Amino acid sequence: MSDVPAGLETLEFFFPDGCAIGAFPPVLVGVVGSGNLEVLLEAIDDKGCAVRIETSARGFGPIWQAVIQDFHARHPMVGVRVSINDMGATPAVVSLRLDQAMAEISGGAA
Amino acid sequence: MISYAECSARERLALLLDPGSFHEWLPPIERITSPHLAQLGVPSAFDDGVAIGRATLDGHSVFVAAQEGAFMGGGVGEVHGAKLTGLLQRALRDRPAAVLLLAESGGVRLHEANAGLIAVSEVMRALLDVRAAGVPVIVLIGGANGCFGGMGIVARCADHIVMSDVGRLAMSGPEVIEASHGVDEFDSRDRALVWRTTGGKHRWITGDCDALVEDDVTAFREAAIAAIGAANPLTLEALEDEHVLLTGRLFALPADHADQDEALLLWRAIGVAVAEHVPAMSVEAVRALRIL
Amino acid sequence: MQWRSLVLQLFGPYHGMRAEDDFLQGEVMFDGAPLTVVGTTNHAPIGVRLALAQARVVLDTIAKHPGRPLLLLIDTQGQQLRRRDELLGINRAMAHLGTTIDLARRRGHRVIGLVYDQALSGGFITSGLIADACYALPEAEIRVMRIPAMARVTKLPEAMLTALSQSNPVFAPGVQNYVAMGGVRALWQGDLQAALRDALAHTPTEDLRARDGAERGGRRLAATVMQCVLDAA
Repeated sequence: MSDVPAGLETLEFFFPDGCAIGAFPPVLVGVVGSGNLEVLLEAIDDKGCAVRIETSARGFGPIWQAVIQDFHARHPMVGVRVSINDMGATPAVVSLRLDQAMAEISGGAA
Repeated sequence: MISYAECSARERLALLLDPGSFHEWLPPIERITSPHLAQLGVPSAFDDGVAIGRATLDGHSVFVAAQEGAFMGGGVGEVHGAKLTGLLQRALRDRPAAVLLLAESGGVRLHEANAGLIAVSEVMRALLDVRAAGVPVIVLIGGANGCFGGMGIVARCADHIVMSDVGRLAMSGPEVIEASHGVDEFDSRDRALVWRTTGGKHRWITGDCDALVEDDVTAFREAAIAAIGAANPLTLEALEDEHVLLTGRLFALPADHADQDEALLLWRAIGVAVAEHVPAMSVEAVRALRIL
Repeated sequence: MQWRSLVLQLFGPYHGMRAEDDFLQGEVMFDGAPLTVVGTTNHAPIGVRLALAQARVVLDTIAKHPGRPLLLLIDTQGQQLRRRDELLGINRAMAHLGTTIDLARRRGHRVIGLVYDQALSGGFITSGLIADACYALPEAEIRVMRIPAMARVTKLPEAMLTALSQSNPVFAPGVQNYVAMGGVRALWQGDLQAALRDALAHTPTEDLRARDGAERGGRRLAATVMQCVLDAA
């Protein structure tokens, strides 16, 4: 850990394919605390699914990639931006928050 | 019963206010975030740790702010503070029935140091403007992080404070005092001591809060509703009374107390005969102890 | 600067101010009119007792001398860090001091704060920062917390905080930063009497600190955010 440089790491992913889920009010789940993260889902006009992560836990790119790909495989949607502020959550917590966010979209669907 | 302490700020708002009535200003989607945290390698929050807006409470129009204790300890930074100040300025302009402040904060966000200190001061002045205008400011304190530092002072500038027994209200945290003057001065790991010194039951007995409730969202809601009519603009007479009360208390606590617990001494001096039983007593029983 | 040297420059040799331990007070004459001065010295830690002592002076001024200006002289190491003061509700005592000053302002008393040596958050937030405006001498320092304690609480390394304190306005304790951020209205240098005269005549009674911080570039977001809240649908 001692050689990890200071500063936030930003990761971005984009999925061009999936089902359009239409408009929905923005959803926020989670809190930016130690070992936790917040996830903001918003409807966008883009045809893809854009994911942007800002994290204080640097150097976990491949793990994020796996978690996000797994998420998109389970929820293959487009027209959504996923924005994450992370403070060192485990992959299990990340997946949990993403699923909680999706549940709020379904729950709130008009 | 739903534990108020265990809820996030947004869960408290959802459960405490009239269902579906909360309309948020500067919501997360607008990304009004801290300009100071990234340079320290610390992640921001989309709402900078405080949700503000308007809502109804038992049908009354209220403005509300809820601090998220899990983000930076609820510390007040430049943006967080400006959201609170803006809310209070808007309350001065729009005159809702009350302003509710769900406070959970360590005070100034140290990561924003100078900006945070000035921000807390701006909140204080704006709150006093609202109070002077006759709009009651009601502070709810019941989160795990308590209400400390500059926010502990802001709370005491408000018209009305509701605390649970779980809540804490003070200035300096026990760890800071221990680090400064040693474990004999304040053993921060002695939870019973911490709560006798800063917790809701103590503050209720000494009159530092205006209502004591269980750690239950519904109880907080009911106490907030009851406080809507409790506007208490400050007068010279009120401040003179406060001065007498605080001076009396200062002298009621003997300077030399041998090894007796100071909280118990103070409670007895105030007139609570069963002081040693207080920590184990129910909230309802402690409520009945207050000598007004 | 020592308080005696300060008051000598401001009010001349017959100023009438006195110190009892860390507590300063006096009724002085300035430009032919009486002025109440209250404050602290010796980098005083502000506990319940000292907060109440200052509040007493403010209350007496409101009750007995309508319209008389108040000058708050600030030199403090912050709040007293004692369990006893917390038990007694130091936050309440400080709020009491702050609300007496606020009432004085609302009753038409000009209240001017001056940091003449040092100020740390808790010792200053309900005195200088709740006055009509706070001023400072150029060599004064204002901090939120000393670096070792800040490092313990934030878990940020001391070396990092020390470096930031030298380069970053958010952390640097020099009062010039507070001026840039709007927290201090201006510095008093050279002719201190002229500075006080100007402060008494021209200090605004509204809280313009966010606007000043934006205009001066030290605190760019606060005023905008406040305006956004006022304008939000």
